[in-house]
Amino acid sequence: MKKKRSGVLRPEGPDKLRGLARYVDDLPFPGGLHGATLRSTVPRGRIRAIRFDPDFPWDECVTATAADIPGQNCVALIEEDQPLLADGEVRHAMEPIVLVAHAERHRVYEALGHIHVEYEPLEPVLSMEDALEAKVPVRAPDNVIKRISIDKGDVDGALAGADVVVEGEYRVPHQEQAYIENQGMTARFEEDGTLLVEGSLQCPYYVQKALVRAFALPKEKVRVVQATTGGGFGGKEEYPSMVAGHAALLARKAGRPVKIVYDRTEDMVATTKRHPARVRHRTGLTREGKLVAQDIDVLMDGGAYATLSPVVLSRGALHATGPYECPNVRVRACMVATNTPPNGAFRGFGAPQTLFAAELHWERIAGALKKDALRLRRLNLVREGSETATGQVLHESVGARDVLEAVVRRGRYSEKKREYARWNRSRRHPSWRGIGVSVCHHGAGFTGSGEAFLASRVALALTRKGEIRVLTSSTEIGQGTIAAFTGLAARTLGVPEEWVTIERADTGLVPDSGPTVASRTCMIVGGLVERAAQRLRERILESTGRMPSTRAEMVREARRLCGREPALRVEEQYTHPPEIRWDEETYRGDAYPVYGYGATVVDLEVDRTTFEVRVRRLTTAVDVGRALSPRLVEGQVMGGVTQALGYALLENADYHDGVMQNPQLTNYLIPTALDTPPLDVMIVQRPYSRGPLGAKGVGELPMDIPAPAVAAAVHDATGLLLTELPILPERILEAFSSDPAHRQR
Amino acid sequence: MARKLPAAEDQSRAPGFSRRNFLKTAGVGAAASTVVGVGGACTKEPTVIGPDATTLRLRVNGTTQTVTVEPRVTLLNALRNELDLTGAKEVCNRGACGGCTVLLDGDPIKACMMLAADAEGHEITTVEGLGSPDEMSPLQKAFVEADALQCGFCTPGFVVSGTALLAKNPDPTLDEIKDGLAGNLCRCGTYSRIFEAVQKTARRG
Repeated sequence: MKKKRSGVLRPEGPDKLRGLARYVDDLPFPGGLHGATLRSTVPRGRIRAIRFDPDFPWDECVTATAADIPGQNCVALIEEDQPLLADGEVRHAMEPIVLVAHAERHRVYEALGHIHVEYEPLEPVLSMEDALEAKVPVRAPDNVIKRISIDKGDVDGALAGADVVVEGEYRVPHQEQAYIENQGMTARFEEDGTLLVEGSLQCPYYVQKALVRAFALPKEKVRVVQATTGGGFGGKEEYPSMVAGHAALLARKAGRPVKIVYDRTEDMVATTKRHPARVRHRTGLTREGKLVAQDIDVLMDGGAYATLSPVVLSRGALHATGPYECPNVRVRACMVATNTPPNGAFRGFGAPQTLFAAELHWERIAGALKKDALRLRRLNLVREGSETATGQVLHESVGARDVLEAVVRRGRYSEKKREYARWNRSRRHPSWRGIGVSVCHHGAGFTGSGEAFLASRVALALTRKGEIRVLTSSTEIGQGTIAAFTGLAARTLGVPEEWVTIERADTGLVPDSGPTVASRTCMIVGGLVERAAQRLRERILESTGRMPSTRAEMVREARRLCGREPALRVEEQYTHPPEIRWDEETYRGDAYPVYGYGATVVDLEVDRTTFEVRVRRLTTAVDVGRALSPRLVEGQVMGGVTQALGYALLENADYHDGVMQNPQLTNYLIPTALDTPPLDVMIVQRPYSRGPLGAKGVGELPMDIPAPAVAAAVHDATGLLLTELPILPERILEAFSSDPAHRQR
Repeated sequence: MARKLPAAEDQSRAPGFSRRNFLKTAGVGAAASTVVGVGGACTKEPTVIGPDATTLRLRVNGTTQTVTVEPRVTLLNALRNELDLTGAKEVCNRGACGGCTVLLDGDPIKACMMLAADAEGHEITTVEGLGSPDEMSPLQKAFVEADALQCGFCTPGFVVSGTALLAKNPDPTLDEIKDGLAGNLCRCGTYSRIFEAVQKTARRG
């Protein structure tokens, strides 16, 4: 019955391989104009004047400023603080001010050079520490976007009574999503006044929400369609609303379709990044190494506007303890505003920052207690029945220990630790070798009551042609949504996968299934697909007694079931399990429905002459409940850990005066084929009772794990604890030079 | 030793300066320097084209196509905008990512780094030209089997680079595969799967 398309996992794969898939810049665009954006050159200032060179043929162009926005000048998201176009004041460099469109793409860039903005510069705040001091107020009242507190037990009492207290500070930088397809969007107004935008995006309904506000249009008059999308990783969660708004503004003024596709520099210099963070730990333990208190301070840089920062901070704070049980916990987390381009969503969403600190801190603790970091983790890891910092009791599907033991065994952690200690004693070897481990958890789905508010919907339609269409706004951005949903629907219905198609993410056709973020697509939306498929199956069985086994039979039954309608449609909506409770005010309760767990062993060497780090092997195990498609899960893990290796060792966004100085793939280095070590991936199955067929989220978890294990392995190899990413050769050199004890090594 | 160089801006301010003149001057300069550089090519009179659109004959995927473009247009833009071959992607536009890789007489090149005019007289193969209309090439099939793609945006570049690699080295080692693909960037992190697809294709011969 379950006939598999011969070897084809991704239905969309062959077109992508043959170069036939049309991404936004590949779509035919007759009669359209090309749009471009003039951006601020100062981090903070008042706009005194905007001058257009009188000699330039402006009649060939269409231009737009904030004055042309028919609705509210904002990119509506959580707060409404970010303007679509700066009006009167700029709060970061690279903030959009003027839009220009021209029939020829190269001419539009030429036109930008003929617009001059005069500023009255204002003193900017460029670092998170300066922002926190609030000597220069850049955001009322105190430069703080959001604060979060988590409290459990009596931290001060427990620290006073602890056998040892270990302190540490850790820092992580900006990280660029670096999806290979640059941001791009087309917009046109149809004859009936409907605004139609199509482009590269993750969340069609987010874009719709933003356009409704900016253009003062009813929802039905804003249609958002996802074009085939060349990667997102969070970077196409919120920024596409900006690009879409700009393209639509020009299209409205021009009365013609407008396309805006960023070039790589603009994309890297102007769009969102992972939030930089400083995390401080003060940890109390017993002599044996049992945690008694965790006192954690998290500071993140949100940039000039709120975007998704409050939620990023929330996830960061909720993951700050690491996957450990501790009776007394205090987390103080703060997101400040600076005059830098806003930071936003990126795979992991606040968790990689705080987990880097939590995991690397074990190296310090191990040093203080003179015990092995692996043994200390075993002593404190969560298990079924453990209570988290928010008071959540982990009832089921807790694979933290399983994944740790799996990688320790497969990665030969203990043997290599001994072997490399011997290796490093010999001066004849050209490198030092080291091994490091980390274990992380990642909350699947939206934080707290988020899923209850979203109340996502999914529909399944049986057409008169006997085809089953899955209608959802979850987008395919490379992670395999189409393959996963096709498989899930077919398996649940008991029909061949060829009978199932996934409707394109078009707000005119599909219900709002919530955004494609937060490792929620498979677990939450997939759960709705499964339930809708069960209901559709019941409807078919009621009418026919058994599931049609041939397509001809299915067509016959479908016609009967559809009656006069073009399709038989069933819809499912998310209902929040009442036993999952969360209090947003006190930060107490079930922060996430469930957590995924992952562990990595990193085996690496550091060149004794150049201090270059070469990863020899990466062994990773994940517990994602039941893997719906092991092949897809393995691909997600490989991708996530590769991005994390970039975060740990290569990616160095260099900011001066509030602007990224290296916004090119030539100077902001992401991992290449040559940087990819052998990746060993294991899947530990700990089914989750509420997930579809037992599945939990997958996408973000692998991004959390490797960076602290890399830093631990560098520590093991060189004796240097580098607490700031990325671990560049020059940082290792610096650390050696400032540490006389190590000069002789 | 400091030596006074002729000021370029003086020339540009001179009356009658135009882009056409500039191109002519630049063309002569280029021809002069080739005397020192590549032998043989210098005997030919420099041809001056542009700045207006000019007609080029390009051999693409086995057929001769005519495009009329300004001389500044890159091969990538000619393929994408004039011939609607959009498999090669514009990503960095400076040869850093390999998203626009095509074959020029069998060698992988970055189409964003070559002028369309310079591609005249060469055999160009784009990703659309691999395999046949009904069937994917063995390497493309191996990509499907290995699930060696995620978002797919870098994929055409990898397929073209991998094809070139296997044509020159039918049985590459893993290190040779990594070297052969080092000029292509993938952010989804599908590298390991791509290595698998190339190895699979090589084993099948």
